[in-house]
Amino acid sequence: MTVLHWATISPFLLAILIPFLYKYARPIHTGWFVLVLPLGLFIYFIRYLPITSGGGVVEYTVPWVPSLGINFTVYVDGLSLLFALLISGIGTLVVLYSIYYLSKKTEKLNNFYVYLLMFMGAMFGVVLSDNLIVLYVFWELTSLASALLISYWFHREKSTYGAQKSMLITVFGGLSMLGGFSLLYVMTGTFSIREIIASVDLVTTSSLFLPAMLLILLGAFTKSAQFPFHIWLPDAMEAPTPVSAYLHSATMVKAGIYLVARLTPVFGGSAEWFWILSIFGIVTLFWGSISAVRQKDLKSILAFSTVSQLGLIMSLLGLGSASLYYGFGSETGEYFTLAILAAVFHLINHATFKGSLFMTAGIIDHETGTRDIRKLGGLMTIMPITFTISLIGLASMAGLPPFNGFLSKEMFFTGVLRATELSIFNMETWGLLFPVIAWIASVFTFVYCMIMFFRTFTGKFKPENYDVHVHEAPIGMLISPIILGSLVVVFGLFPNLLAYTLIEPAMAAILPNLLAEGQFFYVDIYHWHGFNAELFMTIGVVLVGTIIFLSMKKWSKTAIYLKERDPLNLFYDNSLSGLISGSQFVTRIQMTGLLRDYFVYMCVFMILLFGYTMYRYDAFAIDTVNVTGIDPFMWILSIVFIAATLVIPFLNNRMTSVIVVGVIGFLLALFFVVFRAPDLALTQLLVETVTVVLLMLAFYHLPELRKEKFKPSFNIVNLIISVAVGLFVTVIAFSASALGNEAGFESIAEYFIQNSKELAGGYNMVNVILVDFRGLDTLLEVLVLGIAALGVVAMIKLRMTGREDV
Amino acid sequence: MLHTLTRVVTFIILAFSVYLFFAGHNNPGGGFIGGLMTASALLLMYLGFDMKSMKKALPFNYTSMIAVGLLIAIATGVSSMLFGYPFLTQFFEYYQIPILGETELTTALPFDLGVYLVVVAIALTIILTIAEDDA
Repeated sequence: MTVLHWATISPFLLAILIPFLYKYARPIHTGWFVLVLPLGLFIYFIRYLPITSGGGVVEYTVPWVPSLGINFTVYVDGLSLLFALLISGIGTLVVLYSIYYLSKKTEKLNNFYVYLLMFMGAMFGVVLSDNLIVLYVFWELTSLASALLISYWFHREKSTYGAQKSMLITVFGGLSMLGGFSLLYVMTGTFSIREIIASVDLVTTSSLFLPAMLLILLGAFTKSAQFPFHIWLPDAMEAPTPVSAYLHSATMVKAGIYLVARLTPVFGGSAEWFWILSIFGIVTLFWGSISAVRQKDLKSILAFSTVSQLGLIMSLLGLGSASLYYGFGSETGEYFTLAILAAVFHLINHATFKGSLFMTAGIIDHETGTRDIRKLGGLMTIMPITFTISLIGLASMAGLPPFNGFLSKEMFFTGVLRATELSIFNMETWGLLFPVIAWIASVFTFVYCMIMFFRTFTGKFKPENYDVHVHEAPIGMLISPIILGSLVVVFGLFPNLLAYTLIEPAMAAILPNLLAEGQFFYVDIYHWHGFNAELFMTIGVVLVGTIIFLSMKKWSKTAIYLKERDPLNLFYDNSLSGLISGSQFVTRIQMTGLLRDYFVYMCVFMILLFGYTMYRYDAFAIDTVNVTGIDPFMWILSIVFIAATLVIPFLNNRMTSVIVVGVIGFLLALFFVVFRAPDLALTQLLVETVTVVLLMLAFYHLPELRKEKFKPSFNIVNLIISVAVGLFVTVIAFSASALGNEAGFESIAEYFIQNSKELAGGYNMVNVILVDFRGLDTLLEVLVLGIAALGVVAMIKLRMTGREDV
Repeated sequence: MLHTLTRVVTFIILAFSVYLFFAGHNNPGGGFIGGLMTASALLLMYLGFDMKSMKKALPFNYTSMIAVGLLIAIATGVSSMLFGYPFLTQFFEYYQIPILGETELTTALPFDLGVYLVVVAIALTIILTIAEDDA
């Protein structure tokens, strides 16, 4: 474990301490303890800047499951450092903001900060891990943590609805992504991203290329709220505002962007990657901006705006991937790297302006008690600082100079305009759509920025609209948005501050194969680039946007405008209720409440599966060469055993049945003794003893044993099934032994006999297997046992009496 | 009479279960069997005495004991990661310890302790919940 490893998991370690800090340091807001960590990490990661800007990378490995190629490898290059700085930097500001936003008197701060730290650690894990499986684990942890944060106010129905929705959608995507990762492993034989990139030829030539790509993109799209998976993001706004600012503007939703950028060297350069990314991106951009215009809630506007901006970044990554098609050294290729440059730059800009806007929306909510733009108005003079920050943020989002949003928007326009010049992937014909859609989306972006600004801050202030006394926020709450707002201005005025420290290294990480040793991407961002198409497009955006905004009275009566909720939600809600009724239907058929039915399902399935497999591989082999004689006492034991088993179905008395089952159990223990397995015999005896106690306790509650009458056909079917199971097990045992001999397999026992003393220092092989060689099995077994015990507790203690409200 | 007998027998079984637990590495025994043995000893006491006095004598929350056991087992596995070895790598070494003489110390022991606790806890959780249920 290196310092970098510790840094990655440090949020989890602090999360363990939070409940104690909350309990024993009550007078101090728990947030102050948390604040130290992201700040320290930010400073720590800053120290990597010189390394990555010089083109260097840092990599450390700790083995986790080396036999499966799963290692906890932390890897810092330009891209992961950019994200690490975003996570820790925005994290610091968000924690600072939350200290003032969440009251220490009324809120459950211990929960909040534990979830937040869990999320932060998971995010660090995602961006710093080089191993796909480790990345996946952290990826799902972000989904889990975000769902917990969204449902932080869990007594609100909407919060739990939003949390469930985000969880279902992002975890679904995550699972499919795991499938994609597994396919990558099949193709390349490694989970390491760097090694996969190094052996990219294996991937591109494989027939699994497309399935793997689609599965992984599903994960990235659900996480980054791309159309049509974006519907979870607006509902996630039920989370406390610091959470929205952090998860849903700066970090979690960008995990998908990160993944796409990270895997661009693997999949980029193919037509499918190019088309899927740019089309989904541009559609998301368009749909998000149109939907944002319809919203009446400040945070909802911001949510849809985030959706649309994420689409913008995604489409830029798609367009930029064309540069890989042209390959190393070609001038046309480098031409399209500009799209990647725009994507990286906009990523940073979006984090700054959207973060500050979420925070100001939170301030407005906190100080006025409402986020509804129909109630708000005239806050300019009452909240001057909030007003200024919002103005900067909104102007940047709308793409006005001299803020950073203008620069990245111009670069975005350049990117889509160049897309029309591409002579690959049929871009000559369909390429023209890109600038058109992009331009329309930008118009609507401008419109919703105007709506947010004018509806909130201008007009007449009506005190009767608010339940509380409206005033400016305390200074502590304003620090974070002020810092982010200043960054918007600084990055706008001095964009080249970031050019070779953050942007170029990140680009080099996204497009590593495009540069020869010692080469750099040329990054030069500037405001004035002449009277060109991009500038005229911006002027057009401002003009048309203003016209639309001024004519708002007319079109705000249309049906589309009044429909606030995204129509795609209908699909989600219907499929969810369909899922529930579908599973209820299946459950009704399958769960009869009769143990024997479940046994029939299991046995029939087992016979079919084994039968097919053995037939398919021609594995029926009965060989009596190695069969030894059976001792007389074994005959006796077996006969008693079989007789006891046969007696059970004919018993009417429950007590007798229990005794007979006990006899079988003890006979089994005797068998274990005969076959020299004292451990198993001991376990069996103890289990029998405990079972007897259990039966004694339950005996009183059991209903009378009734003799059931069945049709003969029913009995015959069951007889056939049970005989078949017995036969199959016997055949499998014989075949396994015969085929094993044939193939010359050595018994696995030999390995343990030789190594249990050597490697694990124990003479008891069974125990050594349990704790050393198959420790994970044991661990998971006791976990299963624990879950089973909790299941029993839940079933008995929380039994329904029939009157509960479910 | 029953109470006296239960007390004596329980102690014998408990002592034996502890022996089983420690002997596990080289002789029949181990966390699972030791745990079951302890569980049966405790069950004997529960059968011999009434629930109320047993609650006073053994004020354990068996449900959380499951979690404690699991955490001990996982922590043993994770601890090897801290030294750069894969998850669940076990170590052993021989030491001279006063009175006991040469003794083998192994990380499998805390892992087994976790298993032991989980087994005791689940056996008692299941049985006591069913026993306490009076619906």
